[in-house]
Amino acid sequence: MPTTTTDESTAIAVSGLTKHYGRSRALDGLDLGVRTGEVHGFLGPNGAGKTTTIRILLGLLRADSGSAHLLGGDPWRDATSLHHRLAYVPGDVTLWPTLSGGEVIDLLGRLRGGIDPRRRAELLDRFDLDPGKKARTYSKGNRQKVGLVAALASDVELLVLDEPTSGLDPLMEEAFRECVREERRSGRTVLLSSHVLAEVEALCDRVTIVRDGRTVESGTLSELRHLTRTSISAELAGTGDGLAELSGVHDLSVDGDHVSCEVDSSALDAVLRQLGSIGVRSLTSRPPTLEELFLKHYEQSDGDRAVTR
Amino acid sequence: MTALSGTGALIRLVLRRDRVRIPVWVLGIAGTVLGSVSSFPAAYSDAASRQARAALMNNPATVIMTGPGYGLDHYTFGAMTANEMGGLTAVASALMSILLVVRHTRAEEESGRGDLVRAAVVGRHAATTAALVVVLGANVLLGAVIAAGLPTVLPALGAAGSLLFGASVTAVGAVFTGVAAVTAQVMEHSRAATGSAGALLATAFALRAAGDLGDGTLSWLSPIGWAQATRAYVDGRWWPLLPACALTALAVAAAYALRARRDEGAGLVRTRSARTSASARLNGAFGLALRLQRGLLAGWVLGFVVFGLFIGSMADQAASFVAENEMARRFFTRLGAGAATDALLATYMSLMAMVGTGYALQAVSLPRSEETAGHVEPLLGGTPLNRPRWLVGHLAATLLGSVLVVGLAGASAGLMFAATTGDVTAAAPVLLGALAHLPAVWVLVGVAVALFGLAPAAGGLVWAALAGVVFVGTFGPLLRLPEWVSNLSPFAHTPRLPGAEFTTTPLVVLTVLAVGLMVVGTTAFSRRDVG
Repeated sequence: MPTTTTDESTAIAVSGLTKHYGRSRALDGLDLGVRTGEVHGFLGPNGAGKTTTIRILLGLLRADSGSAHLLGGDPWRDATSLHHRLAYVPGDVTLWPTLSGGEVIDLLGRLRGGIDPRRRAELLDRFDLDPGKKARTYSKGNRQKVGLVAALASDVELLVLDEPTSGLDPLMEEAFRECVREERRSGRTVLLSSHVLAEVEALCDRVTIVRDGRTVESGTLSELRHLTRTSISAELAGTGDGLAELSGVHDLSVDGDHVSCEVDSSALDAVLRQLGSIGVRSLTSRPPTLEELFLKHYEQSDGDRAVTR
Repeated sequence: MTALSGTGALIRLVLRRDRVRIPVWVLGIAGTVLGSVSSFPAAYSDAASRQARAALMNNPATVIMTGPGYGLDHYTFGAMTANEMGGLTAVASALMSILLVVRHTRAEEESGRGDLVRAAVVGRHAATTAALVVVLGANVLLGAVIAAGLPTVLPALGAAGSLLFGASVTAVGAVFTGVAAVTAQVMEHSRAATGSAGALLATAFALRAAGDLGDGTLSWLSPIGWAQATRAYVDGRWWPLLPACALTALAVAAAYALRARRDEGAGLVRTRSARTSASARLNGAFGLALRLQRGLLAGWVLGFVVFGLFIGSMADQAASFVAENEMARRFFTRLGAGAATDALLATYMSLMAMVGTGYALQAVSLPRSEETAGHVEPLLGGTPLNRPRWLVGHLAATLLGSVLVVGLAGASAGLMFAATTGDVTAAAPVLLGALAHLPAVWVLVGVAVALFGLAPAAGGLVWAALAGVVFVGTFGPLLRLPEWVSNLSPFAHTPRLPGAEFTTTPLVVLTVLAVGLMVVGTTAFSRRDVG
């Protein structure tokens, strides 16, 4: 769980954040903790409050209650000084239709205090972006590239990326991943809000899952896996007796010498011992994928729609 | 699928989107006309006072503002309505038409929503047709409300004359509906489409004004001139509306022909290839604000320089006319002006500054459109640029632009006036006359900024304030409005130069007020949510 204390090791500390738009509630006590130097995945279905959280962290919105600290400062009060140290890519980059992509990159870079022309050229090349076109003529993916080049070309401590790869082709997604890995190697912190689970799995050290404006899970991927069940399927030397009596075993099916079940992490040890005492001919066990983690939390959003996994 | 598939659905969409906007336009214009006309009997109770009013209609300033002036020998309420309300009502219906047509054609394409619509079973001409049907319908409605309303509020106005008056308003609106449909095809951006149609409207007004001052020939080149040539309530001629119908049909046909020849989203004016890196000037909030409004500013400066040259060139000739006309001389004497020329120039500098406020309000509305378009998010959220600096950048560009628009119009009027009179020293006072109104312009800019900070969704109210200011400034003396009403307008307090005494106190007070409003707006914006 995140803490509200801010020190060198904490890049973002959010706790109990609430925000209402009129009567509708966007955030309902959301917590988020991002450590300095990590790539942190920020997951949740549409409307879960990810973008609202990011807009509060950028000082665009003021939270109704709760606390938010960013790089040791107050995102609303210290917006100007904090923005020297961060760069941001919105999920839907909207650009001035009459300015060219190159002009937008230069403008944003200058506002941040200058842009390294070599880095700019290198990124334009890596993302295969033509800067000499009016923003009006860019496709969604190309607009996204303009935002990414402008952000990645700046020398900052924190990158706030809100679904940055939406609209990018797979080749460009790979270029983006490589960039994020480089950023992490050079010690930068990245907050990555994303729907692309493969991307999060490939890039993120820790993840936070939010739903209905609240944090439902936070931790490393292995920690999260620990909280869920592992699928086990085995061929045994005898019949699968005694498994049903163990607590933490679900969806057990015994078909002669073949058993399959879902096992809570806490019960794994007992189950394996029981299987071992019967005698194992073959065994497959599969940890939950991020998809399963994700779906587990999403599908519990309404009690009546809950799916037991 | 035919080119018109989906027109019915799009008509319903346009009506749904404008279910408030169109009634506000129609009732606003008709209400102004009917309200003004209903005050006639109280202001001019007998024939003698009406004749005194008629004598004023001959002075050049009034001729430029309103029209040729007919039926002056026997100045009935009907002649008064047609002469004094006709021209400006026609301009209002034309403005309504231009803004509505562009909003539903080019602006939709530019936003990208057009693609979404065209991907459905919707023909190439459906959007244009839907916009034309609704806007022409709005003009017919406007004409009908006026035609039915006039005899109701003032029974002395006959039904036949009122019908012709209403029809002439509709006719001018229809012509500019067609004109805007054409500019929406030619220009790639909605702003440019609105601007070029507006420039044609200004040209129509200028041709009519020049024609009415001269022998009337030029007026026949102007749709507004045709509307006034119907001489409603006096001669009751319908045939001058025929060229308006013909021009409307021609423009609509041209719009369809152009639409059929171009790509979705493209204009007929080709886009140049863009620069790959930003110029040194595009380096902050002010540079960006100037860049975003440079087309707008260029259009206004051009239009106002032409307007200034026109005023400057005709002032001397008009003044000699005033000198010969006893009633006109007395009118200007009552305005507190010395020489007729000075009074005429002062009146025009004041009018020009009021209209020029339109530029300032358009420019200062950019922060709001930047906000709703999502353009501010990467600026304010992702760079150290803070809110006050961003907003002040836009304000500085707007204030600089207002000095250019008003100042260059004043300078061109002054120089042209100096050239026609041969008196070099005559230029500076005219320029000063224009510049003296700037603090009043800034007060309205201040109102816009305050609204942006405090109630961004209600930002359009400042246009209502400008409409009120222009109304009070042009009709206030004629309608004998109470002094406190006239004094609400910031332009009531700026010195009318040349001629009047130059006083700095009101200018300082207005400037302080303007700055105060801007500070309030900037502070409020810094405290509210963005987006």
